[in-house]
Amino acid sequence: MTDSTKTWDVVIVGGGNAALCAAIEAAEAGASVIILEGAPLDYRGGNSRHTRNFRCMHAGPLSVLTDRYEEDEYFDDLLRVTKGETDEDLARMTIRTSETCLPWMEKQGVRFQPSLSGTLSLSRTNAFFLGGGKALVNAYYNRAADLGVAVRYEAQVKHVDIQDGVFGGVDCEIAGQPTRINGKAVVLASGGFQADLDWLARAWGPAAKNFLIRGTPYNRGVVLKDMLDQGAESVGDPTQCHAVAIDGRAPKYDGGIVTRLDCVPFSVVVNRHGQRFYDEGEDVWPKRYAIWGRLVAAQPDQVAYSIIDSKSMDAFMPSVFPPIQADTIEGLGQQLGISGTVLKETVDKFNDACRPGTFRGNELDGLATDGIEPPKTNWARPITEPPFYGYELRPGVTFTYLGLKVDDTARVTGEGGRMSNVWAAGEIMAGSILGQGYLAGFGMTIGTVFGRIAGREAAAYVA
Amino acid sequence: MSLDILNLTDRTPTEEARRQVEICNACRYCEGYCAVFPAITKQRAFADGDITQLANLCHNCRGCYYACQYTAPHEFDLNLPGILAEVRQDSWDRYAWPKPFAGAFQRKGTPIAVALIIGLALLFLALTALRPASGEGFYAYLSHGGMVAIFAPAFLLPLATIGIGLRRYWAEVGGQRITFAHLRDAVAATANMRNLGGGQGQGCNFEEGDRYSNRRRVAHQLVMYGFLLCFASTSSGTVLHYGFGLEAPYGLFSLPKLLGVPGGLLLTIGAGWLIRLKLQSDRDLGAASAWGGEVAFVLLLGLTGLTGLALYATTGTALVGPLLAIHLGTVLTFFLTTPYSKMVHGFYRLAALIRDAQVRL
Ligand SMILES: Cc1cc2nc3c(=O)[nH]c(=O)nc-3n(C[C@H](O)[C@H](O)[C@H](O)COP(=O)(O)OP(=O)(O)OC[C@H]3O[C@@H](n4cnc5c(N)ncnc54)[C@H](O)[C@@H]3O)c2cc1C
Ligand code: SF4
Ligand code: SF4
Repeated sequence: MTDSTKTWDVVIVGGGNAALCAAIEAAEAGASVIILEGAPLDYRGGNSRHTRNFRCMHAGPLSVLTDRYEEDEYFDDLLRVTKGETDEDLARMTIRTSETCLPWMEKQGVRFQPSLSGTLSLSRTNAFFLGGGKALVNAYYNRAADLGVAVRYEAQVKHVDIQDGVFGGVDCEIAGQPTRINGKAVVLASGGFQADLDWLARAWGPAAKNFLIRGTPYNRGVVLKDMLDQGAESVGDPTQCHAVAIDGRAPKYDGGIVTRLDCVPFSVVVNRHGQRFYDEGEDVWPKRYAIWGRLVAAQPDQVAYSIIDSKSMDAFMPSVFPPIQADTIEGLGQQLGISGTVLKETVDKFNDACRPGTFRGNELDGLATDGIEPPKTNWARPITEPPFYGYELRPGVTFTYLGLKVDDTARVTGEGGRMSNVWAAGEIMAGSILGQGYLAGFGMTIGTVFGRIAGREAAAYVA
Repeated sequence: MSLDILNLTDRTPTEEARRQVEICNACRYCEGYCAVFPAITKQRAFADGDITQLANLCHNCRGCYYACQYTAPHEFDLNLPGILAEVRQDSWDRYAWPKPFAGAFQRKGTPIAVALIIGLALLFLALTALRPASGEGFYAYLSHGGMVAIFAPAFLLPLATIGIGLRRYWAEVGGQRITFAHLRDAVAATANMRNLGGGQGQGCNFEEGDRYSNRRRVAHQLVMYGFLLCFASTSSGTVLHYGFGLEAPYGLFSLPKLLGVPGGLLLTIGAGWLIRLKLQSDRDLGAASAWGGEVAFVLLLGLTGLTGLALYATTGTALVGPLLAIHLGTVLTFFLTTPYSKMVHGFYRLAALIRDAQVRL
């Protein structure tokens, strides 16, 4: 194969946002670049194809972004969600650089749109991609093609060949054929390991086998593991993953954004024994959906049921699958596969604990229960108006935290210190900044900022 | 979306469109492309009439197909442009009157070709049978009275027929009384083909896959404005004839010619270009079952322009006789098939845009 005889300037492992940003920067700097994307063409773009926006600092209105969103506020937001599990210098550098990313992205053909209906709260902080992440990925692939970047699909990298801290090539399978790709520099941008359920189960416990994976089945952490085995320095909690509560009927992989459910705050949530286990109305949903992944994961069989009545059906974004519906609570329980009698008891108890007051769906309305454990502290309206509806909830994994430690030039560190020609970008190194929690739109920001840096640095190295 | 997603076979196009639209309503990533998505997000449940309206609002720009993370082989199997095109075709069949003609010229090219041959034959026959004793220019071949006798009904009857269809459409989508503001909004959207602009003027995804291009939008506008100019040319001729007693043939600097010659050029070039783009595009993202009928229709439209130009170019030669028959035969075929060919899309699109304006404004 011709691939084997050539030595590329820059080899890019992965084909999502971080990989593409790196490839474009390196090619613009004049390097010969090859992208090795493990997925077939139809599924190219990893989890990036499921995204909708990125979080962007700006001193004044910028493109579709309103008002301003400055470094300190952005950093405070990050500090809050990570509870301090971040590297301040790297984080601030990322935040500052995000502002220059937006015009750069537009230059590469990415288009933005005003924040989507139902997400107005993000119009100041997050720039939405017209058509979503797949349109962004398409724009980047077109730009890369125009720059002469070579792309191999179904190119699964198995091993990164590093001798004494110096990269020489990768061993991969391209459409099933073992192939060696030689290069002078490498950018690792192959995402996390969340699609490898065995690995998740080792880290989290056997319950992880019941988790749904919201994104691509191709991010199995093969390259991450290979690098860790070779002594690359790691960062981020190896046992944790970001999981949200999604529709239990979602596909095992790749269900993406549509499987999310926004009904929890307006419902009572029970486990398969028909018992409530957490305050459904603790805070507005955007601030709580992430903890519900863990909450559901801790329940028997990793499943829970959100129960709602007809008066609340219009209070949240429509779901992709229709809810289970019944005229009585008992009947609903039976249809959901839980005891109707117990469910009826739970709902009755909840209804009795509701107090009069004004329901306001869009804000914390303080409409709380009285005298039950756990309480519901907002939006507690009795569930009385048939038909009744139920949704099955399961944990949906967005990403994992364990990654490669990088410095502010995106360079990877090994046992013998900083490696001379190995860079990492995107989810594979995001733990360096996002050690815990999640800030909407920050994944794409990290990928764009570090992808671009890695591409430029790698090209400068080979020049 | 219904859960039996693997059971695709026994679903009607409307049911399948509803399944896909419900996925879009939970996603909304494509909101900025066109008028369809903002219309979707206004609702939670979609009656058949809602789906019909969305289908006629969709201009098949295909932006939402290439941007969709759920297209096949993903099990959600989204192809919104494709299924809305099928629903659209079906809706035109359903509204067509009289019923036996429904869909006669929409899906396949052959019926249009046959109609054309019959149209040409009729005109040759008319020219032979009705040849006037005297007359100038065209009227040396077919008297003005003869022309009116053929074309007035051939123009007005199809229009009335389409009117019946539009009324049915309006009832099904729940349309209300139309105001000037609705009309202005809809006509403005048509005038610049807003919904083929990709939402930001970058164009649609037609002949170059996931790259945006404005070629189809421009080609379509050439055809539309070319057609309107030709139509205006004929109308101005009628006005000159009856209003001012000025009879054809008209010179180059007369209104009919100033409108008709550029009109014919635009129509011919635009139609040729559209067909070329169509050949480069992916059939499965349109109404695949109507591909032949659509191409034949565009050819017929282009042919009306081309034969008109040829007729003008041969003024004063012996070719005028046969070319007149060919041109008039083409125009006759075009008029008569209008209610049952792709040509109706213009009427229903405009109706859908007006309805959309009613919901938005
Ligand atoms: C449903 C969903 C919605 C999200 N929405 C947002 C959002 O709106 N905003 C935001 O900022 N973040 C969002 N995220 C997070 C975001 O997707 C990630 O942070 C981001 O895409 C990471 O980019 P990346 O390039 O590092 O990884 P990816 O885009 O996942 O790319 C990894 C690439 O590596 C390839 N690959 C993996 N292993 C190999 C191998 N061995 N050999 C070769 N190639 C390999 C994969 O095929 C893939 O192309 C969302 C995630 C999910 C799941
Ligand atoms: S076409 Fe696909 S990406 Fe676009 S709104 Fe629908 S589901 Fe979402
Ligand atoms: S094909 Fe274009 S016009 Fe039709 S729904 Fe999709 S984006 Fe809108």
